[in-house]
Amino acid sequence: MAEAHVHYNLEERYVFTPEQKKKLLMGIGIGAVLFVIGAILVYLGVGSHEAHGATHEGAKGTAHAGAGEHHYNPLTRIWANLWLNGTFFTYIAAMGTLFVAIQYVAYAGWSASIRRVSESFGAFLPFTGVVLLITFFVGGHDLFHWTHHDLYEKGTKTFDPILNGKSAFFFAPLQAGSFPLFWFIRLIAYFGIWYTLYTVIRNNSVKEDYITQKGDFTYHKKNITFSAIFIVIFGYTESTSAWDWIMSIDAHWYSTMFGWYVFASTWVSALAILTLAVVFLKDQGYLKMVNENHLHDLGKFMFAFSVFWTYIWFSQFLLQNYSNIPEEIVYWDERMEKLGGVYSPLIIFNVAVNFIFPFLFLMTRDAKRRSIFLKVTAFGILMGHYLDFYVMIMPGTTKEHGGFFILEIGTVLLFACSFVYVFATTLAKTNLIAKNHPMMEESLHHNI
Amino acid sequence: MATHTSDKKKYLVGIYDHEETVVSAVKKVQNDGVKVDEVYSPHPIHHIDVYIGHPRTKIPIAAFMFGATGTTLAVTMIVFMMRIDWPMIIGGKNAFYPPTMVPVSFEGTVLIAALGMVATFLVSNLMGPGKQEFMFDRRTTDDKYALVVDLDKNTKSIEEIEAILEKHGASEKPRVVER
Repeated sequence: MAEAHVHYNLEERYVFTPEQKKKLLMGIGIGAVLFVIGAILVYLGVGSHEAHGATHEGAKGTAHAGAGEHHYNPLTRIWANLWLNGTFFTYIAAMGTLFVAIQYVAYAGWSASIRRVSESFGAFLPFTGVVLLITFFVGGHDLFHWTHHDLYEKGTKTFDPILNGKSAFFFAPLQAGSFPLFWFIRLIAYFGIWYTLYTVIRNNSVKEDYITQKGDFTYHKKNITFSAIFIVIFGYTESTSAWDWIMSIDAHWYSTMFGWYVFASTWVSALAILTLAVVFLKDQGYLKMVNENHLHDLGKFMFAFSVFWTYIWFSQFLLQNYSNIPEEIVYWDERMEKLGGVYSPLIIFNVAVNFIFPFLFLMTRDAKRRSIFLKVTAFGILMGHYLDFYVMIMPGTTKEHGGFFILEIGTVLLFACSFVYVFATTLAKTNLIAKNHPMMEESLHHNI
Repeated sequence: MATHTSDKKKYLVGIYDHEETVVSAVKKVQNDGVKVDEVYSPHPIHHIDVYIGHPRTKIPIAAFMFGATGTTLAVTMIVFMMRIDWPMIIGGKNAFYPPTMVPVSFEGTVLIAALGMVATFLVSNLMGPGKQEFMFDRRTTDDKYALVVDLDKNTKSIEEIEAILEKHGASEKPRVVER
């Protein structure tokens, strides 16, 4: 009902105040300290479920570790944590650009005023890229079972025909069991392509702020093209990267919906971060033109993709669980019964927090239009999907030695605060609003 | 029918040519103290219900109720089939295995919610297949917009309301229609 024409300040810039910087740097510092303490504790063997597992499930555990199983390195939990946060925040950073790209390609006008916010996510890509690279070189051998060269030596006791059949996907063109060149090239390519397209789209968008002639759509049209390219490329690379980085941890297992599953999980997380960012910016007095109608749309997005995630998660679960084929059920056994039952409560909690909670909380129209509801749900969704990633990565890497303790809290604090720091720095560099967006008027009068 | 003429209600119908005129007329006419009963238009007008002052639709509540009914029905059906009537063991799972109820209860929820919402809509608008809807002006199915004022709900005289409607852009002299 915004009928009266209100004049908003389209020139405003976000100021990343020293106070906020200090808080975030403190978060990064505390995270780093907790990470180091947790790493030391893990190295010394404290704080994991190992002791617990030894007393209750010891017999089962040793029987499970048959011939061909490699000795568990306690440092695996550190690499797994870095890998978990690295991949999670990589996807979120890339999804920010995906959101912008979808708005461009769909000619959507409502989101024009919040475009800069999601545009700034991608600046975190290089950081997670470095983390993933380092983690792979330092801990790849502990994280990925398929990196062990003795799996591919024919005639030996450790020879694994299933992984040998898949070896080209990792090692081509080199010999199986040597350096995974194909896999590594893909890792570099994902970051290269995503970051390049992010930079191109963002630069064009920023340049649009300085056009001299009103009605100059050059940059907008350019960005529509680049957005279409990004969506097509990202559609494929997101799936393949999910296989490379996450599904290959459980290399014997496969799911044809894994790419979408990871997509759904991280896309709804990115939407939750976007919502949180918009609401917090509004609380600080920025983005006056974003009213409950825009929040309503963001709420609908979160609601819809929470349901979408559930649909994908459940389809993957039910088909494999009910058909009960050994090569498929192994993934769910690890998460539900085996490994000392470390992960079985999480999988129930996962569905509860990621489906039932947003479904009931965001169902009514009024809830989607109130920032307090959105804040609570977005935060819950974020926690829930972090947990979802935890359930994807940890059982295959840390096995029954996993847990949630100082190391996990420290790592996520470190990554989350760094993400917000980089995001806020990028946001402060340019105008907060893409003021020359051709559909800005539509966004100002958005009314649903 | 003729004996019931005294029961008929009287309406004043103002005809407008454009969407913008009728939307602004709705607001201005109500500012001048005339209660607008309804607006008829060839196409949906965004938020016209809010401008007229209609209360918000309760159909989401009906949807939730019907959906819950559908879930209950579907769950009852599965429980009866798989636990009482004909237990079957599939995939080594128990005959009664809750995750398998999810697809059926989802479909049941959607089906009953959809059918129930259609029924609620038809009943609350007194509509149905084959029913001839009363029309204040046939041209509202083509290119005109009709602003209808219920004379019983207004204290102003017909002449006063006519003047107000014309002042805010009615394209012809408002007519009195009995219904």
